[in-house]
Amino acid sequence: MIQAPDLPLWAAIAVGFFVLLGASITLVGALGLLRMGNFYERIHPPTLGTTLGTACILIASMICFSTLHARPMVHEILIAIFVTLTTPITLMLLARAALYRDRIEGSENVPDDRIATAAVDDDGSPT
Amino acid sequence: MTTLVLALAITGAQILLALAMGCAAFRILRGPRAQDRVLGMDSLYIAGMLLFLTYGIQTGRTLFFEGALVIALLGFAGTVALAKFLMRGEVIE
Amino acid sequence: MTRLVPFPLLAAALFVMWVLLTGFSPGHVLLGAVVALLVSRVMLMLGPEPVRIRFGSAIVKLAALVVADIVRSNIAVARIVLFRPAEQRSGFIEFPTELRSPYALAVLAIIITATPGTLWVQHDARRHVVLIHVLDLVDDEAWIALISDRYERLLLEIFV
Repeated sequence: MIQAPDLPLWAAIAVGFFVLLGASITLVGALGLLRMGNFYERIHPPTLGTTLGTACILIASMICFSTLHARPMVHEILIAIFVTLTTPITLMLLARAALYRDRIEGSENVPDDRIATAAVDDDGSPT
Repeated sequence: MTTLVLALAITGAQILLALAMGCAAFRILRGPRAQDRVLGMDSLYIAGMLLFLTYGIQTGRTLFFEGALVIALLGFAGTVALAKFLMRGEVIE
Repeated sequence: MTRLVPFPLLAAALFVMWVLLTGFSPGHVLLGAVVALLVSRVMLMLGPEPVRIRFGSAIVKLAALVVADIVRSNIAVARIVLFRPAEQRSGFIEFPTELRSPYALAVLAIIITATPGTLWVQHDARRHVVLIHVLDLVDDEAWIALISDRYERLLLEIFV
């Protein structure tokens, strides 16, 4: 189904540009999931999608709805704040889980656990 | 004319995001380890959320925005729970 | 004032979120204010450590720096993903930090993880060392100097 909202020319150009840019950045990030060699390298590329990819598509959405409703619509900023705050938490937890599993298996490519007791906290903050 | 070009741009973006979801799904299926699968699921959720937002732009309805917010919330909760499970073997202690 | 609204920043954030989600009708603005006042009082039960922030040019400078760095490292990581340069190698670095406030550490963790190419893995509260994974690791010392010059100094200014 090919359809689009009825926007003035400048808004249509801006929305189209930002949507395509955001989608391409997200795709590059997802390609990184396939192309990188080990887990710790693979965990980096998806941040492309959660930073610039999300930002571009949210900007496009803001321009689109602000023009359609003829007033500033900025509720997309909630998604931006939410994604920015939660991505570090998920990635940090995931990296620590991977590190923990690799250490238990005695893998060689991970730093050894000099902080064995401190590693028990799982939020990264000092207790 | 403008509308047609914009429609093509949005559809193109949706195809790119669907490909991104495909890459993430491949990582879920292929692994090789559990943490790779969880990482793939996290990316799948993000790409799905962005796809929802583009549907919102396409149809001009704000309903999709709330859907995207819910997807982001569920993705966060799911990934945190799975990461915790990988680390400790249980989710709620 | 502090007795009535113990966490002004949290209350303001809740109010803005409510208004953004429901739209600007007078009823919802009133309801949002009530919810913000009541819900932010829940935090009293948790008794968090008071956060002291110095509002000033340092916050604006840090925000601008982070946005610029996110764009720059997006391009850098995209190049690594697309072209896989042969000399690229990744690894862990240990970053000795001077930050002690948990809030400043949390902000640094968000900055480092949100910038593609670096990932905050673990913080050792006893040795004050942070384990960071870097995708494009050329020189350990250069990365440590970069993080400490660019972000840590400003964070020390902001969180007193």
